[in-house]
Amino acid sequence: MILGRVVGTVVATRKDPRLEGKKLLIVKPVSPEGKDEAGYVVAVDTVSAGFKERVLVVSGSSARMAEGCKDLPVDTAIVGIVDDVRLD
Amino acid sequence: MLLGRVVGCVWSTVKDSHLEGQRLLLVQPLTPELNPTGKRLVCADWTGAGAGELVYWARSKEASYAFLPAEVPVDSTIVGIVDSIHLKRA
Repeated sequence: MILGRVVGTVVATRKDPRLEGKKLLIVKPVSPEGKDEAGYVVAVDTVSAGFKERVLVVSGSSARMAEGCKDLPVDTAIVGIVDDVRLD
Repeated sequence: MLLGRVVGCVWSTVKDSHLEGQRLLLVQPLTPELNPTGKRLVCADWTGAGAGELVYWARSKEASYAFLPAEVPVDSTIVGIVDSIHLKRA
């Protein structure tokens, strides 16, 4: 999984009917220190994350194991809101 | 699977119900010579690995198979603690 920060939302009217009611967020990868990194992903939100929140993002077919994503055409899902990251 | 070193941990209260009770560790991927390579990532822990420990971790959906029959939404899991590596130099 990667750490990310919610930077925006995506609104889509025409989409796969199974995706109706699913919140789509734009997530930017961040380093464990909290610095923004290159790239972004559009992820299905399963934990009601909010703007600027640090989140845990799972990608690939594992994303379909997230709550309510079974057999959905998604490959990236937000599965946790990060409270704290500690480096040893 | 790849080698890695545990470099930290991640706390999360609000998370997928299947992630409850799972330890989430920060892992720095390593080359066979044990030099850091690539970005650090968050792995679920199946082994009980500790800070600074040398581990190997599985990627992709297979990472969640460590927790079968539970369907845990993870794409990287620490599946073993490395005791030693023997590497022949070319």
